[in-house]
Amino acid sequence: MTATVEPEVGKSRRRKEDARLITGRTRWTDNIALPGMLHMAILRSPAAHARIAAIDTSAAKGMSGVLAVVTGADLAEEQGSLPCAWAITPDMKNPPHPALAVDTVHYAGEAVAVVVARSSAEAQDALEAIDVDYDDLPVVLDMEAAIADDAPLVHESLGTNKNALWVFDSAEAGTGGSVDEAIAAGEVVIERKYRQQRLIPAFMEPRSVLCDPTGEQFTLWSATQIPHILRLMLALTLGVPEHKIRVIAPDVGGGFGGKLQVTPEELLVFLLARRLGKPVKYTETRSEAMATAHHGRDQIQRLTLSARRDGTITGLKVDLLADMGAYLSLVTPGIPILGAFMYNAIYKIPAYRFSCTNVFTNKVMTDAYRGAGRPEATFAIERLMDELAAELELDPMEVRERNWIRHEEFPFTTVCGLTYDSGNYEAATDKAKELFDYDGLRREQLERRERGDAVQLGVGISTFTEMCGLAPSRVLGSLSYGAGGWEHAAIRMLPSGKVEVVTGSSPHGQGHETAWSQIVADQLGVPFEDVEVLHGDTQSSHKGMDTYGSRSLTVGAIAVVKAADKVIAKARRIAAHMLECGEDDLDFAGGRFTVRGTDKGAGIGDIALAVFAAHDLPDGVEPSLDSEATFDPENFSFPHGTHLCATEVDTETGRVTIRKYVCVDDVGKVVNPLIVEGQVHGGLAQGIAQALFEEAVHDENGTLTTGTFADYLLPSAADLPSFVTDRTETPSTTNPLGVKGVGEAGTIASTPAVVNAIVDAVRHLGVDDIEMPCTPFRVWSAIHGRTADTSGGQAGGGLGSIQGGLQ
Amino acid sequence: MRVTMVVDGVSYTDEVEPRTLLVQHLREKLGKTGTVVGCDTGNCGACTVHVDGHSVKSCSMLAAQADGCEITTIEGLARDGKLHPVQQAFHDNHALQCGFCTPGMIMQAIDLLADDPDPDERTVRHGLEGNLCRCTGYQNIVRAVQDAAHRLKPAAEADRERETVAGGE
Ligand code: FES
Ligand code: FES
Repeated sequence: MTATVEPEVGKSRRRKEDARLITGRTRWTDNIALPGMLHMAILRSPAAHARIAAIDTSAAKGMSGVLAVVTGADLAEEQGSLPCAWAITPDMKNPPHPALAVDTVHYAGEAVAVVVARSSAEAQDALEAIDVDYDDLPVVLDMEAAIADDAPLVHESLGTNKNALWVFDSAEAGTGGSVDEAIAAGEVVIERKYRQQRLIPAFMEPRSVLCDPTGEQFTLWSATQIPHILRLMLALTLGVPEHKIRVIAPDVGGGFGGKLQVTPEELLVFLLARRLGKPVKYTETRSEAMATAHHGRDQIQRLTLSARRDGTITGLKVDLLADMGAYLSLVTPGIPILGAFMYNAIYKIPAYRFSCTNVFTNKVMTDAYRGAGRPEATFAIERLMDELAAELELDPMEVRERNWIRHEEFPFTTVCGLTYDSGNYEAATDKAKELFDYDGLRREQLERRERGDAVQLGVGISTFTEMCGLAPSRVLGSLSYGAGGWEHAAIRMLPSGKVEVVTGSSPHGQGHETAWSQIVADQLGVPFEDVEVLHGDTQSSHKGMDTYGSRSLTVGAIAVVKAADKVIAKARRIAAHMLECGEDDLDFAGGRFTVRGTDKGAGIGDIALAVFAAHDLPDGVEPSLDSEATFDPENFSFPHGTHLCATEVDTETGRVTIRKYVCVDDVGKVVNPLIVEGQVHGGLAQGIAQALFEEAVHDENGTLTTGTFADYLLPSAADLPSFVTDRTETPSTTNPLGVKGVGEAGTIASTPAVVNAIVDAVRHLGVDDIEMPCTPFRVWSAIHGRTADTSGGQAGGGLGSIQGGLQ
Repeated sequence: MRVTMVVDGVSYTDEVEPRTLLVQHLREKLGKTGTVVGCDTGNCGACTVHVDGHSVKSCSMLAAQADGCEITTIEGLARDGKLHPVQQAFHDNHALQCGFCTPGMIMQAIDLLADDPDPDERTVRHGLEGNLCRCTGYQNIVRAVQDAAHRLKPAAEADRERETVAGGE
């Protein structure tokens, strides 16, 4: 047997997960049916802010098949308050957050009553028989108006609409200079205000939850990203002993942060199942998902950048308003804070100040959506770099080069105090420019400008980085987050030589089963096919922090590697005993221990069998190779990349077409190039969608007017171009695999690349900003000197308004 | 009311409520949970099946309307343990991540290829316009459909050749 086995890591393995998914052999939560299972339906408030004067459920209670009709008043004693895990300041305001509104509703779509019935049709019918009287209260929607002195209040009891003020100042932190001094001395000062519109994560599988109370444990299936966190939060919120709850995330159809939540529906299903002693299931409709699953972004950014005339940045000041919505959900107040450390991006900025005022409004809560805080930060700085270049009449790439951290300067400690371990911005940029034909497109742009073509060409740049691999627990502690950022893994060596890997990561489309199998195959020298990855069930995977923040590979998979190390250490001792040699005489490679200088050896499978038999083990050695590890990262990881976008903008219609999109990402070592490419594609689509299509729009009553896929413009295949994706590879130095994480990269980088390209196409016509989404109407208005409606009222005009995309 | 339909080769006769949607009937009565529901406005295409050989959004049709019809779902595509070429192409080209849109996407792609066995990129993109995917950015889906077209072609050409030969004899 040759010792050179081709490593699995780095191979474009086709995914193990696919076999079931392409044949319809799936276990979505809504597919699960249990004997005697009942169905729950929810009556939701049409009003965004109102007192519940009366609810009459008597008619509904008598209807066919109806087992229970319950209001907030009925549950007030037992429902607790939905958890927020991140008190960003000691004096943060956090209103009670009931799963079922008790006396007041604070956003349209809030649950006010539930019906449990034999069938979902009967439950729906009974909803219609419930009568609710609402006394309307003033609706607060606009953040700037909400913080005015005389503004009506979302929560009367708080006395303010401000949730918290969070500040980072490099002078105070000792990580940089005073930004006010920098701005006062700035040769150039750029001030801008950008709006990060509200987005809807819009995972394709609507959320569903099923609770079976008939066993010793309550078993809860949920379409969630966070089965482990959910279990703990259910226990803490409802006062149920944690060991009496089992949570299973079966097949989960996408999340993007949108399923990083403890939802009212999960609590309600649990409470009703407990009350009735029968399994209860609830599956939301798409309309419910759009209106009530948490939204993302929704910030107003006021930015001041100071620089010298040669383009060197001297200071950056960021003032944010961030819309929390009506309540705080799991991570709501912390989302803008996740961006606080990223405004300086890849640049050497000597002075920095960030302040964020979180604001309550009568809208559904915001929380994590792919990138969570970091896309907003990246957008701001990358747009500013273009503005600075325009002001100084320099090429925008040149301005970036002047300020970015050069590859020989790593590790580099930023003005925020983060240490970037590695990166090579020059390499990624060179490759991207070449693939893009940067100079050629610039030439063409000039020609078109000179000719005064109706369709102008723009080039947009985004040289981004992100902090991912959430997160070193001590950093989370210093930010007052309610938990650590470690991950857990276990490896079970089966007697037949097969391997079970238990992971605390909880995939919902990422392909962990495949990637983890590749990693373990290399670590233990076993065939890829011999590895089974178990996840998403607190009974088999008893410990975990779940999947979000591009953390699974950089934290979760490292725990797997550490567990494998322990397996090998245990096996080594037994191998030495079996082969009658010293442990130090053994080499381990390709799944085999060999005695150095001899041809004697034992495979890891042989050792597993010997351990199972346990007839002849060294003294004091337990008969098991199984091992566990919990890994807490030392640092974040910092993937980066250069994204280049060319847009064609029709100056007569405002229509934007993406002509070319090139990105070169450096995500460190790559386990599976195919999966990485897929993550980038999907991320790009979501980031581009923010730039061009998507916005959650509310009318003046607080009703979501983009509440279906007919109005909320999720891009279709016809709306997107093909992307050119490539990579450079600078391994992370802070983990043994050298990996950096890729889940959010595309989303973070692409939005500013597209908007920069659009503005670049029409800058010579006097345009220096267009609010997102850059709809034809907004683009046209900007070109023709009209102010487009900034309330967002004209976005989402139905499917007919999708116009960008493929030529 | 009483309806009879053949689904993935098996005949079923059932009492259905007039308001029951085809997709509900498939999922809840017949256990065909491979077909899923992604929206309530007919926009996502996750529920796409074939009714009498053509793709239909099964949330936009009543079970009663399918009386007497022959229906194929994602679960009925593989033959004798062998994947349909479009299924295989989705796997080979990494055209799915979470897989929730995948059944509908595959059923729609098969229909598209039946209309146009050699579609260019633009045709594929427009042919899949009614099927939303939030994970993949569509690029690998487009690649998979074009790859499947190539896989299907030699077989189709071989078939045609056989027919010609047979006809010539
Ligand atoms: S479920 Fe969305 S189109 Fe049928
Ligand atoms: S693969 Fe997840 S929606 Fe398409």
